[in-house]
Amino acid sequence: MNGSAPHTAAPADQTEHGVTTTDVEYLKSLQRRRPFGVWFKDKGWRHLVGVIVTIFAVFPLLYVLSAALNSTGTLVGSNALFSKIDFGNFTALFNMPSRPFAQWFLNTMVVGGVTSAATVFLGAMAAYAFSRMRFTGRRVGLLSLLLLQMFPQLLAVVAIFLLLSGISEVIPALGLGSQLGLIMVYLGGALGVNTYLMYGFFNTVPQSLDEAAKIDGASHTQIFFGIIMRLVTPILAVVGLLSFIAISGEFVIASVVLTDPDSQTLAVGLYSFVAQQRSENWGVFAAGAVISAIPVMALFLFLQRYIVSGLTAGSVKG
Amino acid sequence: MPDTELREDTDPAASSAPADAPATSSRKTGAARRRRTGPEGIKGTIAKIVLLGLVDAVAVYVLIMLFLSQSWLALGVSAAVALVINWIYLRKGGLPAKYLAPGVLFLLVFQVFVVLFSGYIAFTNYGDGHNSTKDDAINAIQLTAQKRVPDSPAYKTAVLAKDNSFYLLFTDPQGKVSLGSTDKPLEEVSGAQKNSTGKATSLDGYRTLNFQEIVANQQSILDITVPVSANPADGTLRTADGSNAYQFKPALKYDQAADTFTDTTTGAVYRDNGKGAFAADNGETLSTGWKIDVGMENFARAFTDPSLRGPLLGVILWTFTFAIASVALTFALGLFLAITFNREDLKGKKAYRILMILPYAFPAFLTGLVWSGILNPEFGWLNQTLLGGASIGWLTDPILAKISVLVVNLWLGFPYMFLVCTGALQSLPSELDEAARMDGAGPWRVFRSIKLPLLLVSIAPLLISSFAFNFNNFNVIFMLTGGGPRFADTDRDIGATDILITLVYKVAFGQGTGRDYGLASALAIIIFIIVATVSAISFKQTKALEDVNS
Repeated sequence: MNGSAPHTAAPADQTEHGVTTTDVEYLKSLQRRRPFGVWFKDKGWRHLVGVIVTIFAVFPLLYVLSAALNSTGTLVGSNALFSKIDFGNFTALFNMPSRPFAQWFLNTMVVGGVTSAATVFLGAMAAYAFSRMRFTGRRVGLLSLLLLQMFPQLLAVVAIFLLLSGISEVIPALGLGSQLGLIMVYLGGALGVNTYLMYGFFNTVPQSLDEAAKIDGASHTQIFFGIIMRLVTPILAVVGLLSFIAISGEFVIASVVLTDPDSQTLAVGLYSFVAQQRSENWGVFAAGAVISAIPVMALFLFLQRYIVSGLTAGSVKG
Repeated sequence: MPDTELREDTDPAASSAPADAPATSSRKTGAARRRRTGPEGIKGTIAKIVLLGLVDAVAVYVLIMLFLSQSWLALGVSAAVALVINWIYLRKGGLPAKYLAPGVLFLLVFQVFVVLFSGYIAFTNYGDGHNSTKDDAINAIQLTAQKRVPDSPAYKTAVLAKDNSFYLLFTDPQGKVSLGSTDKPLEEVSGAQKNSTGKATSLDGYRTLNFQEIVANQQSILDITVPVSANPADGTLRTADGSNAYQFKPALKYDQAADTFTDTTTGAVYRDNGKGAFAADNGETLSTGWKIDVGMENFARAFTDPSLRGPLLGVILWTFTFAIASVALTFALGLFLAITFNREDLKGKKAYRILMILPYAFPAFLTGLVWSGILNPEFGWLNQTLLGGASIGWLTDPILAKISVLVVNLWLGFPYMFLVCTGALQSLPSELDEAARMDGAGPWRVFRSIKLPLLLVSIAPLLISSFAFNFNNFNVIFMLTGGGPRFADTDRDIGATDILITLVYKVAFGQGTGRDYGLASALAIIIFIIVATVSAISFKQTKALEDVNS
């Protein structure tokens, strides 16, 4: 805020010089006060708001980073921000046999990656059908999807748990404790939220392209994979990323399905870190939090522009 | 778009899918045939055969497993699903179904079915102590309530191992040798080697554990209960030290004709009380019961049980407050920031923007945990460092905990609102602004009478989704306060910041009080009804549905 004040004041005093030349004292007072007042009323307050909100937004992130780098390890010890910088917590994090952090990280990447890839694919196929074909039940189908996305899967967590425990009696590989089972459950939510978002985007691809390809002899699969999928890459990236973020942070269903520490995801594992002894494990937890947050945040910032346009294009239509 | 284009019907183009059965090709026009025999067509056909083959292989495996476990209903449904999938992909035409089937299948099983299943569970007493059939419960009672038969002879015992599981080898007083394990009833064996005292010590195909191994595996050996026969009423054999075993019999005797349990020592009679449990005349029930339909009892209990009614009403009220306040606060701050930074010539705009959306990129489940450290009343940064050792109960005082939850959720949610409001503001035509200014409207007036109404038209659907999301915002609450501080007027684990969905989770899977799936599902159904009502009303007033009609 203070840094930009002289810049905006500079053009102002030149005009002052040109207009008034008699009263030097008056001029000086003007130079000092009015430009700042005007500047503040016009722009300065915006910087003030910006700085305050930025501190609010960034402080917890700095706090967790400082706690991760401070090997004192306890909650109290982490209060003096950046008083000590070392990597003791990170070494400790990867050397806990009962809490296999590296395995959790891998599990999260696998579950999140497979689920989001499959979600994108299933959603794109459905959106293609809704956008390019006319069939009985199309309107009802779209409406039902719109309604279904109001009811998140976690509401039915009890039924999901009982269904999977029933499945594990017959096919243990798909039941409780299996990541494959968890991925299947997540795919149940693949259509609800995403199809509608993709449907809107698919509609913006001109139908004449399909027609032209068709006349040239392309089959529907060739049109889908060769033309449509390539033109809608931005929305595919957005849906894939959003569903990766949602799945990697999902706690309720994962905590119920994955009971064995070796198969758990980061959300379930890191919660168990602090659930009982919050203050003792704090430093190591913070290190885990930093490592888990970095890939997601990097991806997010990298694809930020796409996400913003996806959020606004898919939903803000008016 | 015109309806006729690409209409799915019997025109040759639509049925020229590369994967169509070759046998049908002779009936096609020349053009269609040429297309199908191209390289793409062959590749597509092979891909389809492989994929469908894989699906069918899995389906056959599942069907065999279901057959072996004698789950006839599941078997029938799975077979029907497998047939439908094959029909969809092998028939000509029906193109939309081919694209929709995979997603819809998962949707039906893991979203629609589980909701209906929740509805069913809500009308049962499913939960700890009530999770199986009555026959299973009778067996379980007989197996668990075991007592040593007073003058049972000592069976000499050896511990054997095979394939990582333990077996007990018994020599009874008459010298008869038999073998058994927990899931393998006692069975006489021959060919066992005996030592000088006449005790059988080893058996071909099994390894005998030595003393050190017995000590090392003490707990799993103690847990072995060998049924004397397939009938649980005959009792079991158990060993306490790995060398002598005694016979145990059920302390509760089941009378099949009268459907009652009789305690063999006190003589008390336990009858089926019609509520999924055996109860004595004095009201005492056996802990293992079975699952029955209880009708509306779970719903009735939620609103009449004194330990539940008061807290539940509080929770419902707070859920609404939390969801509405979260939407209002995030929207207000997001809109304010969007207006503040909606200036082309503002220096550092980009930097502010990136820094401000960082909370949105931070994983939500970590947010609650990190803030719970900052706000921790005893050791947290806020009390210790910023407020110099104050002891303000940010997470332990009911009111302050609610405020803390809202502030943390504001931290999480304002960047999203900031982004969408910026997008919506920039899409407003600037002529409106100019025209209003010409007519003499001030900036505030322009905003309130022109920009805000236009903005709300496009943002309203997002506000509704945001409400629905926050209504079930499990992570923030559960990770930050765990629902606490607990209400004083109930012995259940319900607290001041609990919302309905955290309550469902705690009732179904919480520690302490037993799991009660029936009650949890009833609460989930209540959430369904509330969310459905709210969204039905609000969607009626927005134009969100118009898209569908195009």
